[in-house]
Amino acid sequence: MRIGVPKETADGEKRVATVPEVVQKLIKLGFTVGVQSGAGDAANFADDTYVAAGAEVLSSAADVWTGSDIVFKVRPPSPDEVSLLREGATLIGFIWPAQNPELMQQLAARKVTVLAIDSLPRQLSRAQKMDALTSMAGISGYRAVIEAANAFGRFFNGQITAAGKIPPAKVFIAGAGVAGLAAIGTAANLGAIVRANDTRAEVADQVVSLGGEFVKVDYEEEGSGGGGYAKVMSEGFQAAQREMYAKQAQDADIIITTALIPGKPAPKLITAEMVRSMKPGSVIVDMAGEQGGNCELTVPGEAVVRHGVTIIGYTDLVSRLAKQSSTLYSTNLLRVTEELCKTKDGVIDVNMEDDAIRGLTVIKDGSITWPPPPIKMPAPPPKPAASTTVPASKKGHGHGAAEPMSAKALATVFGLGAIAFVVVGLYAPASFLSHFTVFVLACFVGYMVVWNVTPSLHTPLMSVTNAISSIIAIGALVQVAPPLDAAGAANRPNALILGLAVLALALTAVNMFGGFAVTRRMLAMFRK
Amino acid sequence: MTSSLATVSYIAATILFILSLGGLANPETARRGNLFGIIGMTLAVLATVLGPRVTPAGYAWIIGALFVGGAVGLVAAKKVQMTQMPELVALMHSLVGLAACLVGFASYVDTSTVFPTAAEKSIHEIEIYIGILIGAVTFSGSIIAFGKLSGKIGGKPLLLPARHWLNLAGLLIVIWFGRVFLHSESIGGGMAALLVMTVIALLFGVHMVMAIGGADMPVVVSMLNSYSGWAAAATGFMLSNDLLIVVGALVGSSGAILSYIMCRAMNRNFISVIAGGFGTGGGAPAAAAGGAPPAGEVVPISAVETAELLRDAKNVVIVPGYGMAVAQAQHTVFEITKFLRDKGVNVRFGIHPVAGRMPGHMNVLLAEAKVPYDIVLEMDEINEDFPDTDVSMVIGANDIVNPAAQDDPTSPIAGMPVLEVWKARTSIVMKRSMASGYAGVDNPLFYKDNNRMLFGDAKKMLDEVLTALRA
Repeated sequence: MRIGVPKETADGEKRVATVPEVVQKLIKLGFTVGVQSGAGDAANFADDTYVAAGAEVLSSAADVWTGSDIVFKVRPPSPDEVSLLREGATLIGFIWPAQNPELMQQLAARKVTVLAIDSLPRQLSRAQKMDALTSMAGISGYRAVIEAANAFGRFFNGQITAAGKIPPAKVFIAGAGVAGLAAIGTAANLGAIVRANDTRAEVADQVVSLGGEFVKVDYEEEGSGGGGYAKVMSEGFQAAQREMYAKQAQDADIIITTALIPGKPAPKLITAEMVRSMKPGSVIVDMAGEQGGNCELTVPGEAVVRHGVTIIGYTDLVSRLAKQSSTLYSTNLLRVTEELCKTKDGVIDVNMEDDAIRGLTVIKDGSITWPPPPIKMPAPPPKPAASTTVPASKKGHGHGAAEPMSAKALATVFGLGAIAFVVVGLYAPASFLSHFTVFVLACFVGYMVVWNVTPSLHTPLMSVTNAISSIIAIGALVQVAPPLDAAGAANRPNALILGLAVLALALTAVNMFGGFAVTRRMLAMFRK
Repeated sequence: MTSSLATVSYIAATILFILSLGGLANPETARRGNLFGIIGMTLAVLATVLGPRVTPAGYAWIIGALFVGGAVGLVAAKKVQMTQMPELVALMHSLVGLAACLVGFASYVDTSTVFPTAAEKSIHEIEIYIGILIGAVTFSGSIIAFGKLSGKIGGKPLLLPARHWLNLAGLLIVIWFGRVFLHSESIGGGMAALLVMTVIALLFGVHMVMAIGGADMPVVVSMLNSYSGWAAAATGFMLSNDLLIVVGALVGSSGAILSYIMCRAMNRNFISVIAGGFGTGGGAPAAAAGGAPPAGEVVPISAVETAELLRDAKNVVIVPGYGMAVAQAQHTVFEITKFLRDKGVNVRFGIHPVAGRMPGHMNVLLAEAKVPYDIVLEMDEINEDFPDTDVSMVIGANDIVNPAAQDDPTSPIAGMPVLEVWKARTSIVMKRSMASGYAGVDNPLFYKDNNRMLFGDAKKMLDEVLTALRA
């Protein structure tokens, strides 16, 4: 079958639906390709390169439209183009069936099959490779930051130079969809401080992973409208959101808005009042310009300066990066073609049993099949409870185990220990040995216990051991007034011993009470 | 109370003390651990007082002594500033040492103890001798440590000529008089030898701590902690009391481990710390021999600029040192931390094991200022995070953030583990002046391209930073 690629006719559209690289791959799938002369000029793909890739270059649009079984388009076709379509042909491109009901009727009247790339069921993971909305949104997000940087009079990244310190630019991004995320990544890579907000709380992690900071709206409501799109939020939420935007507007140097709700005009997030509160020289890039804009002062398709703030409402951000967007878009179309032509024999089969193709197909052989029935998806995981504190990885206390000794050192220690034990064993009386046993074992217990003490508690450890060592009081206690027989009492200097013992007792009491009290006081201060 | 009942109570007390130390393994159980300690101590004292070794005649004295001492201790515990904890701990060590001495003397003059064999009598006397020796060293050493920590005595090491020979001579005299002591027939003769030994031991304690520089104080404090334990253990042997032996051994090994951890954190040998002199004499010539001062320029920064850097950062690590304690800046540090954390900045603390003047000193100060302990990390936990850190702020620390320890093998502190603050995007060092730290080593960190110096008193500068942040 023959694939035709006409030149785009919409104003300012620089993209082309197929690039030479993809032409080669289509030919490998068994197709022949006809490209209108000059179709790729605006995206810097010359006719010669198409010829070199194996395509036939046709001089007029009519030849392409009438002579092709399959037509690859970017923008929705004009009525003139529709009338050129051959009966039974297949058209693949952006259609926007919801916004263009007349176009749908015209196409249906031509008895053609239409695959609308914008109707792809994006929730299917295998549809991602065909997802032109995503690839285009990514490009426009990137371009939005570049446009902002172009209009912004300062560096993005903070620098400390010999000539002084430069603060980093602060970028606020409203809406963290694909375009928003691409903008976050691009701005963060340029070194700006990036904050972003989205009504869907689940994108917070994605924002953070790209180097942004997620700004929450101080209001509890889930804003996911299914299929990865946002929904209209309640009045209370919107009030809280406006407050947050007003705050961000005062702080940010650059605001990029990407908020779109499918089938509805773009929400007005940035009021004229907020624009007035921004610093002079700030930039707003309104990526929702085509749907009316997220900013009240946006002029769709133009860059204007209002209250000292440059407001960019370009609707052709993607076209401004025509070569890149054409390449990605044509790759998306190639993937669609692969799905349609699994046999690789140059014949397409629009299989309506396939969820992805069913979703894409808005007109089948002249009958409108849009909207498609909902796809049965496994239920999304429930919102995790609010208290999902990640358990801190419990690393062993700072010092870990003591490093193992070398064999030589170990042998020396054991040797010396053995000699010491032999000496003690030979000369010491039995009564001493029992105490000695207790002593040695207690040293080991102490060793084992103290290695487990966390280093942050070393000071309390010292004060508590201090308090415990006041156990020496026992020694003083037994000397104060021991039971004495007559013989023992005779020569004992009672007064002296009593004096020493009572003094020792008083000293240890300072430790005993003071040590425990101060440890208690310290430990009470440790808190999470 | 019978003798057996008293013994059983002692065993219970022993277990409670072990649980008490074990409880300190983490801050959650530490409070309970302290309670165990209190119960154990109460049990031990009650069992002794009500046991067979104490007659009711002594009750008045005992209650009086406990009351006076306890009152002093409680008042001290209530009044002490957290920055003064090292002083308090040192002072308490000295009390244990002194008490051990007194109990030793009392035990020696007590004629009522009867020994079945001569060997047992000798052993008892050796125990007394050693107990008093350790007690006296602990006492005088702790008093000097207290003086140094509280600033009453200069922090610089006092190095007498031929100090090692002096110590050796002292040791020989102590051994000689020990012999005299054992062979003396009368208590009077023995007492003379005992007193001479005590004086020498006291002098030795003074000399030992005087020779140690300020930066080595954490080792000294934990070493004295260990000594006070051994003194208690020796007293236990002297009185044939297992409870004292066990507790003494626990405390002794605890202090020994702390000393070891401190030494390892400074990459120093325990013996060389005790031998003293680190900080001036040994360090300076080596640094001079190390050649030219580090290349580069010292770039000062203002408090307002610091605040801007902090406000724009995502990850901040604060490394506190003794300077923060001296300036009492921990509360301001907490205010700054709180402000930044509320703004979503990830603020954490990196604590070097020897930061401050005693083990865990910084942790206690930060805890006092209400900094949550789960953002206070140890050196090993935080070092690998510095490359992802935007701003590292060093408050009154020097040697523990000195890159020379890693880069310069000729540096006196070469090989000492340090906090790698220079790997952060920007490091800010708060310091009063360009003076070097206790180790007397110049710090190449100050000359690094990404380092900024915030000169001035830590408290005052941090207050300004906080004001600028809030503005």
